[in-house]
Amino acid sequence: MEAETLSVVNYWLAASLFLIGLYGILARPHLVRKLMAMNILQVAVIVFFIILGYKSDATPPIVRQGDETPIARNYINPLPHTLMLTAIVVSVSTTGVALALLIRIHRRFGTLDESELIEKLK
Amino acid sequence: MSGGPLAAVLVSLVAAVAIFVFRNHPNLREAVTLAAAVIKFAIVFSLLPTVLDGGVVESQPLELVPGWALHLRADAFGMVFALLASSLWILTSVYSIGYMRSGGYTHQTGYYASFAICVSSAIGIAFAANLATFFIFYEILTIATYPLVIHRRNEEAIAGGRKYLAYTLIAGQALLVAVVWSASLAPGATFQPGGFLSGSASSGTLQALFVLFIIGIGAKAAIMPLHGWLPAAMVAPTPVSALLHAVAVVKAGVFGCVRIVGFVFGVDLIRELGLANILAFAAGTTILIASIRALGEDHLKRRLAYSTVSQLSYIVLGAALGSLHALVGAIFHIAAHGFMKITLFFCAGSIYTKTHKEYIADLRGLGREMPVTFGAFTLGALGLAGMPLFAGFISKWNLGLGALEADHTIYVGVLVLSGLLNFAYFFPIVYTGFFGKSDAPFRFKEASVLLWLPLAVTAVISILLGIFPDIGLHFYELAWQAAESLVAPAPLMLAGGGE
Amino acid sequence: MEHTPILIVLVPLTSALLIPFLAMGGGRFARAGLLFATAGSLLSSILALRASLEGEVLSYHVGGWPPPWGIEIVIDPLSGVMATLVSFLAVLAAFYSGPYLSGWTARRTGTFCSLFALLVTGLQGIVVTGDLFNLYVFLEISSISAYALLSSGGSKSVVAVFRYLLIGTVAASFYLIGVGYLYAMTGTLNMADMAARLPETSDSPVIVVAVSFIVIGLAIKAALFPLHGWLPDTYTYAPGPVIGFVAAVMTKVSAYALYRILFYVFVAGTGPREPLLLLGWASVIAVVAGSLMALAQKDVQRMLAYSSIGQMGYIMLGIAIGTPLALTGALLHVVNHAVMKGCLFMVVNGVQWRLGVFRVRDFAGMGRRLPLTMAAFTVAALSMIGLPPTAGFFSKYYLALAALESGYIPFLAALILSSLLGAVYFFRVLEKVYLSPENVEKTRDTSELPLPMLAPILTLAVLVLLLGVFNQTVVTELIQPGLPS
Repeated sequence: MEAETLSVVNYWLAASLFLIGLYGILARPHLVRKLMAMNILQVAVIVFFIILGYKSDATPPIVRQGDETPIARNYINPLPHTLMLTAIVVSVSTTGVALALLIRIHRRFGTLDESELIEKLK
Repeated sequence: MSGGPLAAVLVSLVAAVAIFVFRNHPNLREAVTLAAAVIKFAIVFSLLPTVLDGGVVESQPLELVPGWALHLRADAFGMVFALLASSLWILTSVYSIGYMRSGGYTHQTGYYASFAICVSSAIGIAFAANLATFFIFYEILTIATYPLVIHRRNEEAIAGGRKYLAYTLIAGQALLVAVVWSASLAPGATFQPGGFLSGSASSGTLQALFVLFIIGIGAKAAIMPLHGWLPAAMVAPTPVSALLHAVAVVKAGVFGCVRIVGFVFGVDLIRELGLANILAFAAGTTILIASIRALGEDHLKRRLAYSTVSQLSYIVLGAALGSLHALVGAIFHIAAHGFMKITLFFCAGSIYTKTHKEYIADLRGLGREMPVTFGAFTLGALGLAGMPLFAGFISKWNLGLGALEADHTIYVGVLVLSGLLNFAYFFPIVYTGFFGKSDAPFRFKEASVLLWLPLAVTAVISILLGIFPDIGLHFYELAWQAAESLVAPAPLMLAGGGE
Repeated sequence: MEHTPILIVLVPLTSALLIPFLAMGGGRFARAGLLFATAGSLLSSILALRASLEGEVLSYHVGGWPPPWGIEIVIDPLSGVMATLVSFLAVLAAFYSGPYLSGWTARRTGTFCSLFALLVTGLQGIVVTGDLFNLYVFLEISSISAYALLSSGGSKSVVAVFRYLLIGTVAASFYLIGVGYLYAMTGTLNMADMAARLPETSDSPVIVVAVSFIVIGLAIKAALFPLHGWLPDTYTYAPGPVIGFVAAVMTKVSAYALYRILFYVFVAGTGPREPLLLLGWASVIAVVAGSLMALAQKDVQRMLAYSSIGQMGYIMLGIAIGTPLALTGALLHVVNHAVMKGCLFMVVNGVQWRLGVFRVRDFAGMGRRLPLTMAAFTVAALSMIGLPPTAGFFSKYYLALAALESGYIPFLAALILSSLLGAVYFFRVLEKVYLSPENVEKTRDTSELPLPMLAPILTLAVLVLLLGVFNQTVVTELIQPGLPS
């Protein structure tokens, strides 16, 4: 029972992170903050997958020596976690490209504030 | 033989390409136009004997989309339009060459090429065996006419072109919906006398469908209030106006109207749905209002434009009345009006080329200087007014009989009144031309032979058609054949009803 | 032959990695590398497509791991056609970029070609993969390379692309969450495997949530109104050599991914209807709003961008209606729109490259300067309006018939309205092109475009006509095998 409550809380955590990220992207005027919010959003998705793969009282699926008849229930599914390794790579590359863009914007316009940018773009 | 209809369509498409290739050799280019016109006429004419024997010439259906085939078929009704378009194309080509050369017009290559495509699509419309084919050629016609309307490339032409496109493209979309809708009601149906939609849907659906169809073709047929583009398109060079008004575009509209009334819905179904009366009313109103508008126009070509609007509705009226004689009259009028109206436009063009006069008041005394032109004009005008011995009389007589047959005596009155109005708006032109006082010294100045010969020919044909309606191209016989297929022969109650 | 399916992705991927080294020898080599990458991908696509049309679904197990554990590459007629379309346009775009690149330094050329090859890799990967998570990875590969490519169009483009990047990442995250839900329900990521397992759980609300997330995610990537915000600026300021390709295929590939998930992962009809209906109404608004916005633009490129938003609505509309007829229309429109929009964007950028102008009024008299280019533009524009016998007419016909038969009259009305609006905004340009006197100063070079640019443009224009005239063959041979059974 307690574990179930805990996992629901976990999902709420992921959902809140997601919403915080979304809000940040939409509402913050500063481009760096938007980028940070985007990262939070991505972390939320990663957390979501990790929770999916989590199981209490289970170990990674490496069969212990002497365990002749392994029972699936005793092991966690490693796939969501490995998927997230890829997702983290994607997230890092996106951030990299985004930062490069920010540098170019800053060099050209001297500001990263959205309203000022819109002003200068006119 | 089965390739005939397709060949007839393709000849002028190939010609359009050849015209473009020879764009730097005017003589060659115009030779191509003429040659294509003659070949096309020969092909269409070669189909005539089969059709007169009651047969049809069909091409292999080429399926474009499942249930949507490109399918050509020459039947009696289609032959009327095809013969009209292909024979007038020859005359218009001769006339165009004279007109464009003496007028010093630019962009002639585009002109001849578009013209050829227009005629191609007119033949395609005439021979279309199903709605899909009809629609495709109808839309090609819309687009191919646009460069002709804006030929002069000035502000007025562009404005006229916009108006033209607005009307025809919107109508085209309505037609598309109607065509798609009928395709879903009766998949794969081809035109057949008596229609194929009967019983395929509730009467409410069919009524809505019919309204869409009428909007779709009504714009080209210039049924009021969808006629607005026609006077605006008068900015085009005169041979184009002749093409628009007498041969291809508006005729495609009224031709489509008869096709849809007779071969998609069937005259009986239209009557059952209560649509025949509405359509007839719209046509009758258009006939009268347009005639009155024509009276008020001082610009020669625009007066002719309103006259066209009014005359086209004769054909729509005939289709709406749906009785045997009314249909004969309507179908024959497609051809008769073609010859008569093109004569008038040729005259207007010839006057404009020689004197640059466009307003009726300026024509004083010109008739004495251009006797051939004004003589032809007089003949054409008398024909349109429905004088006996002219082609227009035959259609009107039949329409009148048809109105009586269908128990709509009021439309006989409309026809008579319209005939009088025709006199009223044409007579002043003739009078001004021949008897108006002119200060200028008299001298004979007929336009070049390329201009006056075609108009003299069409004027003579419109008399010949009035005296021997079957001469040469058998328009009258074709009209009877088509009309009889549409109406189950009813017992004749009127004396002189074609016995 | 056995490895053909993976070559579709592998050839551009390897080339992308090698091109920077080739570029050390000069820009020429980098361009050759790009041509090799795209042509290789095209060749393998065609081979795979031919095999799949003979009735054999090619399945390739990446790394030798059998599905459902390993990643599977699936070439059925649907993905075969898409892969061929994408790589065909890529080859044309590679040729088209030639005149631009000849003025660039070797290093810049190398970067460009490498990123381009990577973009092709990503798009082809989305098309051929049979694995939902793998699709996400390829989606991001294509997006990241697109961000980099599109941002090279000047300072305005950088700002626009940054916005695109944020929105694109949000979209990918939405998609990934949806995949997470599906994974939680079925325990598999392989599309075919999931298709077999989903019916057991089809009434679960989790599935509705999953589909909604996936639909939103991919709809953002496909720029479906009202999720289109990133597209107009990005396309307007995009650099000339890539925009023809990006505009032609990127949004279409996302639409394709959506189609595959909705109709192959969810066996036709068993997926939840609610997200689809929502999609349908959004598409109706997209079709109308896109056209209206296009009407208001002074800049031709921007006009085309908004017109794309409207046209994506057509495709989504077909997917939302979901009958075989509608899907035929949607898929056909994916192909048609890729071809005609590619042509239009290439023409507009060609004009910009030659004369440096973009606005509608600067197109005055262009018909005399660039007669062939403008003839291609006219053909593609008529097809966009949907006039017979061009390609665009036929996809519209299928969609209209489908809307009518399934009783969605408002959908039909939207299609018609959008055609008319399309006629207005395209004829506005055509009127300028053919009827107005020229107003660009005489000093500029006003000859026709160079052959490497002109040839792709004319190829696409001819293809617009061929796709229209031989529509029946295209539909029965290529499109209908790609419908869900």
